[in-house]
Amino acid sequence: MSIRVQNIVKRFGAFVALDNVTLDFPSGELVGLLGPSGCGKTTLLRIIAGLEAPDSGQVFLDNHDASTADARERQVGFVFQHYALFRHMTVFDNVAFGLRVKPRRQRPGADEIRRRVQELLSLVQLDCLADRYPAQLSGGQRQRIALARALAVEPRVLLLDEPFGALDAKVRKELRRWLRQLHNALHITSIFVTHDQEEALEVSDRVVLMNRGRVEQMGAPDQVYEHPATPFVYGFLGAVNLFHGRINGYQLQVGEENLPLAENGFQSGTEALGFVRPHELDIDTDLASRAGIEARVERVLALGAMARIELTGAMGETTCHYEVELPRERAAVLKLSAGQIVRLKPARIRLFASDSQSAEQVPYLPVEHMVGGYGENI
Amino acid sequence: MKSPRVLPGFPLALGYTLVYLALIVLIPLSAVFLKSATLSGEQFWTIISAPRVVSSYRISFGISLLAAAINTVFGLIFAWVLVRYRFPGRRIVDALVDLPFALPTAVAGIALTALYAGNGWLGQWLQLLGIKVAFTPLGILVALTFIGLPFVVRTVQPVLEDLDIELEEAAASLGADRWQTFLQVILPVLSPALLTGFALAFARAVGEYGSVIFIAGNVPLVSEITPLLIITKLEQYDYVGATAIAVVMLVFSFTLLFLINGLQIWTHRRHGRITG
Repeated sequence: MSIRVQNIVKRFGAFVALDNVTLDFPSGELVGLLGPSGCGKTTLLRIIAGLEAPDSGQVFLDNHDASTADARERQVGFVFQHYALFRHMTVFDNVAFGLRVKPRRQRPGADEIRRRVQELLSLVQLDCLADRYPAQLSGGQRQRIALARALAVEPRVLLLDEPFGALDAKVRKELRRWLRQLHNALHITSIFVTHDQEEALEVSDRVVLMNRGRVEQMGAPDQVYEHPATPFVYGFLGAVNLFHGRINGYQLQVGEENLPLAENGFQSGTEALGFVRPHELDIDTDLASRAGIEARVERVLALGAMARIELTGAMGETTCHYEVELPRERAAVLKLSAGQIVRLKPARIRLFASDSQSAEQVPYLPVEHMVGGYGENI
Repeated sequence: MKSPRVLPGFPLALGYTLVYLALIVLIPLSAVFLKSATLSGEQFWTIISAPRVVSSYRISFGISLLAAAINTVFGLIFAWVLVRYRFPGRRIVDALVDLPFALPTAVAGIALTALYAGNGWLGQWLQLLGIKVAFTPLGILVALTFIGLPFVVRTVQPVLEDLDIELEEAAASLGADRWQTFLQVILPVLSPALLTGFALAFARAVGEYGSVIFIAGNVPLVSEITPLLIITKLEQYDYVGATAIAVVMLVFSFTLLFLINGLQIWTHRRHGRITG
């Protein structure tokens, strides 16, 4: 079933949680709502579920206006970050709850309820825990029970609010894969909220990036990662190195140095921000070369297949930080050591006009790094 | 078996607890049993099974249970309003709840009597409807309800404050209506606190004397409470008779409170909060 929200506005006092949001969620897809905390993603989810009323705007479920429908009439499954399991009920009773509260005419018989609950428990691979209480389960198990409970009423839509937010890294990863498999099996239109870009990119068919109550971009994971529409999206989806400079033909002039550009839609003389991912930077130890930007190696971390190199560069008065990711073999050939002076050569630069607004939109961008560049795992 | 603890002193704390319990509770109470033991079994039975005394048990325990039940219902509503809604004067209402604790019970009794007497502010209108409150068992109920209210409010309030709104939202999204959500999701979580509040309000009501004697009218076989009979016997220097009735009250109260405690443990178990 498709979901459409149209011109949704929601304020909490003076704070604008959602600023005229319009979105289409296609039928059968798993969509990740991604953004920093306070960007309005959870509020949007709660509005779709009917747990929160928008100040203005409409919610369409299957092309029917559901804006005035009560949460219990919307047939929406909702999974909470902290599970919200009924702790006085066994796992079985929790999952059966939605079936037992149905009006008598629609309520299945006791045998049918038992069969359905058992089926759902085996779907979430917890059939052996039917008689336990939530307090006796681990976090990951609780969240799977919460999901089974939401699925019991055969919802038309499944909404998950930071479903893995309270779990540790290993369980998170496991449940992520499991959720994806479950969705492949059920094909129920699902939206899940997360602030973890890796999670969103890995699980979703489609990602919606939100910031300050607005939608920044919507698209397939590889599309938003490869072609970020705004500096915010670029910065949010992974670590970035930032080069602040001036356009000069097919070159970005950063301080005294020039970085070649493959393409350029800007006029010469325009102030611009160049974004480069850590894996798009190469290191040249030949100091005679004039290509790239000078930097000093601070630390070399060789973990797994990739080596991460942290560098600093001087840009006038300010120090800027860079981060480079190289295949381990390449790093071995370079024989880098802390304190060494090298040159950084970007393979690809993504340019954004450097008006104050777009720079401001880059998440967590420290002011002192504005002149040069920075690299930080966001 | 010794396991390291952050706060040591288990033997000391337990010893202190037992000595304290003995000094404050057990020794005075055992004195009651000892005193009544000077009676022969037959004499004891005659005193405690006198019709006037038996009817006072019925009134004391019956009305106390009823008052505690009323307080459980209205205390819950009270706590709900105080926790869930924000309205001007909420803090004042919150403070007023404790007033029955602080007020000397005789003052409460006199005030209620003046209010509900045939010529009182409320009494005159109730009399038109043919309802007599003062000097009837109904008056006892009013007094016992008054003094027991804070117990339920104060036990339920913190639990309600901790109750996650998400539980109600989860129930709603699963299709439960308001009544189902209340009965199946909220009430079971509140029931241990409600039971505690009920037990406290009941215990307080059974032992209440000051406020009741003014409004009850103290008509033998109709509106005499057991504590009043004990006082009456004391005033006649019948100490042994007084302790005999006191023993019955103690055993009755202890049994009832023990049962309520058992019920509480059972609900805890059912909620899966088994530790260790």
